[in-house]
Amino acid sequence: MKILVCISKTPDTTAKIAFTDNNTKFATDGIQWIINPYDEWYALVRAIELKEADAGVTIHLVNVGTAESEPIIRKALALGGDAAFRVNTLEEDSYFVAAQIAAIAREGAYDIVFTGKETIDYNGSSIGGMVAELLDLPYISHAVKFDLSGNTATVVREIEGGEETDQVSLPIVVSCQKGMAEQRIPNMKGIMGARTKPLTVSEPVTADILTRVASFDLPPAKAGVKLVSAEHPEELIRLLHEEAKAI
Amino acid sequence: MNLVFIDQAEGHIKKASFEAASYAAQTAALMGTTAEAIVLGTVSDDLTALGRYGITKVHTVADANLNEFDAQVYTQLIAEAVKATGADVLVFANTTTAKAVAPRLSVKLKAGLVSGAVALPDISNGFTVKKSVFSGKAFANIAVTTAIRIIAVNLNAFTIQEVEGSATVVPFTVQPISSKVKVSGVDKITGEVPLGEADIVVSGGRGLKGPENWGLVTELAGLLNAATACSRPVADIHWRPHHEHVGQTGLAIAPNLYIAIGISGAIQHLAGVNRSKTIVVINKDPEAPFFKAADYGIVGDAFEVVPKMIDAVKKMKGIA
Ligand SMILES: Cc1cc2nc3c(=O)[nH]c(=O)nc-3n(C[C@H](O)[C@H](O)[C@H](O)COP(=O)(O)OP(=O)(O)OC[C@H]3O[C@@H](n4cnc5c(N)ncnc54)[C@H](O)[C@@H]3O)c2cc1C
Ligand SMILES: Nc1ncnc2c1ncn2[C@@H]1O[C@H](COP(=O)(O)O)[C@@H](O)[C@H]1O
Repeated sequence: MKILVCISKTPDTTAKIAFTDNNTKFATDGIQWIINPYDEWYALVRAIELKEADAGVTIHLVNVGTAESEPIIRKALALGGDAAFRVNTLEEDSYFVAAQIAAIAREGAYDIVFTGKETIDYNGSSIGGMVAELLDLPYISHAVKFDLSGNTATVVREIEGGEETDQVSLPIVVSCQKGMAEQRIPNMKGIMGARTKPLTVSEPVTADILTRVASFDLPPAKAGVKLVSAEHPEELIRLLHEEAKAI
Repeated sequence: MNLVFIDQAEGHIKKASFEAASYAAQTAALMGTTAEAIVLGTVSDDLTALGRYGITKVHTVADANLNEFDAQVYTQLIAEAVKATGADVLVFANTTTAKAVAPRLSVKLKAGLVSGAVALPDISNGFTVKKSVFSGKAFANIAVTTAIRIIAVNLNAFTIQEVEGSATVVPFTVQPISSKVKVSGVDKITGEVPLGEADIVVSGGRGLKGPENWGLVTELAGLLNAATACSRPVADIHWRPHHEHVGQTGLAIAPNLYIAIGISGAIQHLAGVNRSKTIVVINKDPEAPFFKAADYGIVGDAFEVVPKMIDAVKKMKGIA
C-alpha cells in the first residue's frame, strides 16, 4: 500500500499579513514557515497511523516549491514520511501545482493521495480535486474520518450541517480536515532519522497556468468599537436593533 | 452566457445557491448576456422561482440517482451542460459540493478557477475576481486568463438582488456515467440552525468556565434564531462539539452578526470570524484583543451581562 501526502509550505498562523511591490507580493520578511496545518495534522498523521497499523504501508511526501521548502519537508519526514519529492518550481497557480503533483502520483502508482482541505494562505481548496481529475480518480473532499478495509475506504466527509459516509475502492484522492487525526510532535529519533531519508528533487513538467494574482488588498480597518456600559446591556440590544439593524 | 450550478439537498435548493444565482445574473448583466442554471437530482422546490434571482432558464437532470453526490458524475454532467449552453462563466456557491466539483471542472474544461470570491468580477481590463485569502485576513484579485472561467462565491459575501421574473424549466438530456462512490449514510445535525448558513451566531470561549454554563449561549442563540459556535480550546476540551469550532483551523463563517462571549480574540480565532458584518464582544478584560476587531462591546462579566441581554431581547420580542 502506497500513500502520497501533499505537503505545502505556509506562513505560520500568527504571521503579519502585509504586501510589497505595489501590493503584488506577500511580504515574507520575518515570516516563519510551517507545514500547512491541514497537511501536517490531518493528512500526514492519518497516513502515519495507517502505517502503524499495517507495516506494509509506505508514505511518500510531495511538495511543489523552491529550496525554501526543504525545512518543512524534513520536518514532515521527521514526523514519519519514508521519502519525499520536491518539484523545484514556484507555485504558479493551483492548476500548475496540481499538474506537478499528478505527474509524481502517476509515476508512483499510489493507492491513496492525501491533501489538506486547503492551504491557509491561498485558501483554494482546489488542488486535491484537480489532482483527482488529472488522474481520473474518485475524490472525497473535507474528510473527517478515513478507514481502510482491504481495498475499500470508508470515508466520512463534512457536508453542510452534517456528515456523509462514503464507500470507495482505491485508488482515491482525499482532502483531510479536523477529525482525521490528532496533531503530533516529532521525536528525537524521527528528527535524526529524517536527515538520511531520501529527498528527490525534480524539475517541473510543462503545464498551463490558468490564473494569476494581479494584486492583494487588506480589508478596510474597523471604525473602532462602540463600548456600552456593563450596567446597561439593554442599550447594546437597542443599538443592535436600531443602529446595526442586525437583530 | 453564464451558467450557475444550483446545489440541492433533500429536494430543497440550498440558500447559498440563491446568492450564486444572483451573482451569475449580475455578472451576466455586466457582460451583456444572460444567466441560466443547471440542477441535478430531483427537486421539490419551484424552480421557476429562480427567475426572481435573474435566471432565465433552468436545465434539469431529474434523475433520482443524482441525489447521491459523486464529484466525478457531477463533473461530467456540468461539463456537458457548459458545452451544450456555450457558457463561458460558470458560477457555484462555495459549498462542500463546489469544493469537490469546481476544481475537477477547472481541469476538464481548462477553465481558471477562483474559489472564495467575495465580489463581482471586474471586466474593465480582462477578467479579475476578488477572493478571500490568508483565512480572511486579506483579499487577492485573481486574473483569469482562460476562455471559460469558474467562480465559487463565498457564502454571505454578496448581496442578493431580487428582480421580477420567472425562469423556464427545461430537461437536459444526458447519460450520467456510473458512480464509483457509494453513499452509505448521511448524518444531519437536526434542530439547530446550521452554523455555516446562519445569519446570527452566538459563540462562547473559555471565559464561560465550563459546559454547565452554556445555557447562557444557547438561550441567547435560541431567542435570536442564531447558531452556536465556540473557540478551539472549548471544542478540544469537549465542552462543545467539534463542528462548533470556528477559526483558522475550524469553520470560517461570515454571518451578519457574531456575538463572542468570553473569547479573547486570538488571531487564529479572528481569522475564521472577521468577515462577519457586525461583531459584538463581551469580555471582562478591557485589553482583550477581540475589542480591536469589534463593532460593539461590553467590558464586563459574562455571567452578569448575558442574562441582562437575554432579558432585553425577550422584552424587545415581547416575550417577557
Ligand atoms: C496553529 C493554531 C491554530 C489555531 N486555530 C484556532 C481556531 O481555529 N479557533 C480558535 O478559536 N482558536 C485557535 N487557536 C487557539 C488560539 O490561539 C487561542 O488559544 C484560542 O482562540 C483561545 O480561546 P478562548 O478565547 O476561548 O480562551 P482564552 O484565551 O483563555 O480567553 C478567554 C477569555 O475570556 C475572558 N473571560 C474570562 N472570564 C470571563 C467572564 N466571567 N466574563 C467575560 N469574559 C471572561 C478572558 O478575559 C479571556 O479574554 C489556534 C492556535 C494555533 C497555534
Ligand atoms: N505547493 C504544494 N505542494 C504540495 N502540495 C500542495 C501545494 N499546494 C497545495 N498543496 C496541497 O493541496 C491542498 C489544497 O491546497 P489549495 O488548493 O491551495 O487550498 C493543500 O492542503 C496541500 O495538501
